[in-house]
Amino acid sequence: MKLSLTHFEATLILALFISVVLGIVTKKTDKERMTYGLSCFGRFVATIFGLAWLMKLGHG
Amino acid sequence: MAETFNISNEPPVPVTGWLPAVALSWIIPGGGHFLLKQHYRGALLLGTITLTFVLGLMMRGAFFEPQTGDLLTTLIYWGGYIADMCSGVLYFLAVWMGYTQQDVAGHVHDYGTKFLVGAGLMNVLAMVDVFEIATRKKS
Repeated sequence: MKLSLTHFEATLILALFISVVLGIVTKKTDKERMTYGLSCFGRFVATIFGLAWLMKLGHG
Repeated sequence: MAETFNISNEPPVPVTGWLPAVALSWIIPGGGHFLLKQHYRGALLLGTITLTFVLGLMMRGAFFEPQTGDLLTTLIYWGGYIADMCSGVLYFLAVWMGYTQQDVAGHVHDYGTKFLVGAGLMNVLAMVDVFEIATRKKS
């Protein structure tokens, strides 16, 4: 079985998983972990959209 | 400017105090956390890293093979090979069960390769976390 994802789906899933792991390993309380994980995910998503627009504008 | 140092009086944890947990964490993602009674975090790490690895396989990502050449090639291929192996039993099972994939063009394969490497790197973070918990630098 081969999974076929778009660029957007693949980056979003990877961003989610990395955010979960970063949240777990970097903070001390559950509340801090949740906040940091969500914050990381938000920044990943912002970066994805920012870079996507940069590439679109760069290519014309 | 005066600097303050927080010097703990606690004796350092011997190698036998942290090595089994870190080794188990390498072999089984999240395993070190289970050994240190951090079941909830261990389960989340096990699930996340395993899912990343399995999605990488389902996207037919390629494992890196060690290659030498110019500095960049050596760094990328050896680094990728080591990162792949950091997934522990997931990597060894996939290799032992005959998973092979050539490095071909296409964004899905490329993402698959990154998912496989990413799973290994996430496990490195988990191993560092286990080391810090085992040496009492973190609860």
